[in-house]
Amino acid sequence: MSPITSSNGLKFAAAFGAVAALSACASHPKPPEPAPVASTPSYNPPPPPVDNRPPPREVAVAPTGPIPGSTQDFVISAGDRVYFDYDQYAVRTDGRTVLDKQAAWLQRYAQVAVRIEGNCDERGTREYNFALGARRADSIKAYLIDRGVSPARITTISYGKERPLDDGSSEDAMAKNRNGHTALTSGAGN
Amino acid sequence: MRPVVYAVLALLTVVFGAAAPALAAVEINVNRGVIQPLPIAVAPMTGADARAQGIGGDVARVIAADLERSGFFKPLSPDSFIQRDLNVDDTPRFNDWKTINAQALVNGRATIEPDGRLRVDFRLWDTFGEKQVLGLQFTSTGEDWRRIAHKVADAVYKAMTGEDGYFDTRIVFVAESGPRKSKVKRLAIMDQDGANPSYLTEGSYLVLTPRFSPNGHQITYMALRADSARVYILDLETNRQESLGNFQGMVFSPRFSPDGSKVAFSVDRNGNTDVYTMDLRSRAVTRVTTDAAIDTSPSFSPDGRQLVFNSDRGGSPQLYVMNLDGSGVHRISFGQGRYTTPVWSPKGDFIAFTRQQGGEFHIGVMKPDGSDERTLTTSYLDESPAWAPNGRVLIFSREAGHGSPPRLYTVDISGQNLRPAPYNLPATDPTWSPLLK
Repeated sequence: MSPITSSNGLKFAAAFGAVAALSACASHPKPPEPAPVASTPSYNPPPPPVDNRPPPREVAVAPTGPIPGSTQDFVISAGDRVYFDYDQYAVRTDGRTVLDKQAAWLQRYAQVAVRIEGNCDERGTREYNFALGARRADSIKAYLIDRGVSPARITTISYGKERPLDDGSSEDAMAKNRNGHTALTSGAGN
Repeated sequence: MRPVVYAVLALLTVVFGAAAPALAAVEINVNRGVIQPLPIAVAPMTGADARAQGIGGDVARVIAADLERSGFFKPLSPDSFIQRDLNVDDTPRFNDWKTINAQALVNGRATIEPDGRLRVDFRLWDTFGEKQVLGLQFTSTGEDWRRIAHKVADAVYKAMTGEDGYFDTRIVFVAESGPRKSKVKRLAIMDQDGANPSYLTEGSYLVLTPRFSPNGHQITYMALRADSARVYILDLETNRQESLGNFQGMVFSPRFSPDGSKVAFSVDRNGNTDVYTMDLRSRAVTRVTTDAAIDTSPSFSPDGRQLVFNSDRGGSPQLYVMNLDGSGVHRISFGQGRYTTPVWSPKGDFIAFTRQQGGEFHIGVMKPDGSDERTLTTSYLDESPAWAPNGRVLIFSREAGHGSPPRLYTVDISGQNLRPAPYNLPATDPTWSPLLK
């Protein structure tokens, strides 16, 4: 018993679109025929000049790295995610290292605003996980404020277990899904 | 995205014969459900012409399917019926029905009235007692023939079990599609038997935890966008919705009070989630809990005076009951594991919940004082129990294993009759309407 009507509606829309496209073509005059092309004249190029300069010294080539102040810069030089233990919301030692870098980066780019998104693994029920994700987001916010970031620049939200980072089933995947993500919402380049 | 119109079915009372006392042929209790489903014959309804006969056959099939799914009845195959000349105006040949061990017989007549309306007259017979148990007539528009069938099934269920039926009802749920990491979630509605499914929202934002209003006309649910979590009330007849308001924080886990005058919900402020109520007429908001712990998933008692809710104030998520003003908080869950998603039965006798223990999730029930706890189901992830309006059946969502798409299941509160709900696509967060009028 497949639900619902939209597939028929879509097919109808697609067919309708095709008809519209055809009729649009028909209503335009044919484009003019291209002018005939002259046959290519025969032509013998002169020999290339001899280059007597010494060979150039090699120049080291490397990417310049992300644009300073961009989201990519934030992700690479600070890290945009910290992880939590099961049913916990205290920032771990490894998370503090990341958040210290986030705070320093945000001090440097004072025009950037962030949204902290709390996430949970699937081993909990929906509503409890919203509350738990909210706690995680707030833990991160409190830490960043403590490190000198203005609260006015930080909003928080919980996605509960609705937006897993890893769709695997291992404990590793679950651990990844227990996280707080710092998203730059304004003031950052790409 | 079409509005759901609730046509009111005319129920004309008992038309013929004296209604005998309830047959109570099906003995059920919460502890053991039914050991042997009752054999019952649901005869195709007769009709004056081919069209009426066609509808009559369809009506009988829907009635039989409803009764069968309840787990309390075993509808017999019409092929086995001996008497083929049933007439709703005549007494059946009881011996013909006793011979095939039909303990009860439903027969009737479908009539298409001159104005196009459909009328169904039916009788329920106690074949071994050789007496009529029920004689009723239902009338509706022709399109609503399924609802007439559900009404008949409800009447039969009530006469035979002594409990209210739950067949003329609808189920709203969250229909899922798309990859696990970026699911699309839409509100959807269907009849309790899976017929007439349709979407209520188009999926541009996540929808979660829909719950019916007590009159069945509204849904309150949570809408989650990248930067906001709000609670809405959606009117199913007009398809219009309104936000509960802006609470400077996430708003979630809404649920109507039994009289429909309030919504209880939770709000997160600065990482602290508490329970609130809103009076829908005055829009006055009351904060009910002030604890620093997570307080969420409030559900009203049927008298509207208490809330059961989920809190981790004791160190892990457990169930608590309190008065509507926040006084008298006491814990009711003391078993092994983590308890969440409490839902008070509309009958008031039980609270359903999710219990998580040892890597598995269970749906269970306990009395409101915490006694008589029972585990009904076990799987990788069972959650979101919701009561049928008669307080006898629970619908919930199940992921059989990691990565298995979630499906809706139903189970009797005895723990028996666990079966997939009649919707075979990914779905979660079911809510069951009251009996339609």
